[in-house]
Amino acid sequence: MAVFYLVAFLSIFFSLLVIFSKNPVHSVIYLIITFFTFTIHYVLLNAQFLAIVNFIVYMGAIMVLFLYVLMLLDLNVNSEPVKSSLMKIAGIVAGMCLLVTLAGALKGSGFLPAGAHEEVVQRPNLGLVKNLGQVLFHDFLLPFEVSSLLLLSAMVGAVLLAKREPREI
Amino acid sequence: MQDIVKTIQGVPLNHYILLSAIIFSIGVTGVLIRRNAIVIFMSVELMLNAVNLLLTAFSAFSNDPAGQVFVFFIMALAAAEVAVGLAIIVMIYRNTNTIDINVMNRLKW
Repeated sequence: MAVFYLVAFLSIFFSLLVIFSKNPVHSVIYLIITFFTFTIHYVLLNAQFLAIVNFIVYMGAIMVLFLYVLMLLDLNVNSEPVKSSLMKIAGIVAGMCLLVTLAGALKGSGFLPAGAHEEVVQRPNLGLVKNLGQVLFHDFLLPFEVSSLLLLSAMVGAVLLAKREPREI
Repeated sequence: MQDIVKTIQGVPLNHYILLSAIIFSIGVTGVLIRRNAIVIFMSVELMLNAVNLLLTAFSAFSNDPAGQVFVFFIMALAAAEVAVGLAIIVMIYRNTNTIDINVMNRLKW
């Protein structure tokens, strides 16, 4: 139980560092650490498959993509555009207002009857690959195939966008 | 694994909702206060991950594997989104030599 609060504190701390650090490369590093804490959360929630996919896809693929683009654009110099402090304060106030609204809505809704948290993780093998695969390929077969189409179109679009246009047109 | 199951059992679902709300708000704040397009993108990733964590928590608390399948789909979608978005950022940087989003206000009149 204490592990959850420790890891939750770490996630909040590192996600704050992501948005407040000046250097974008440091932001990416902190984001990787944040995603690692999310992986620990998935393990604690007994979702082993998602933990591994989060580890591979987010910490591996997406973060490498971010770092690669960041180094390709040569932004690790202090060319960081600064926003006026008034806008920053307004943004922070707006974000905190959203947080207060969400927390107030949660508190006021009376969501969750008392004692609902005692039946956590009744089926310990809920998040295993075998279980998830059966659900994925029985109930969600069409969305799965459509998502492959989405990935293909995203790949074509990314290549087309990032390609340098020929000059003669 | 039984230890892990025991470990989680004391944490109420409300705390997961609160944690996800906090991280989502941090992502929104990041979008609002930064002008670097890549950092804004990373804040969007943070928001997506907060939602993922909440879906997984709901799935584990209600014993329904469908929530975790949704998280899987969201991860696939996030990968596609990152690829296209970073390609757009690279193209913008090539055309304007900056990724300050205040330069990209051509659609505003």
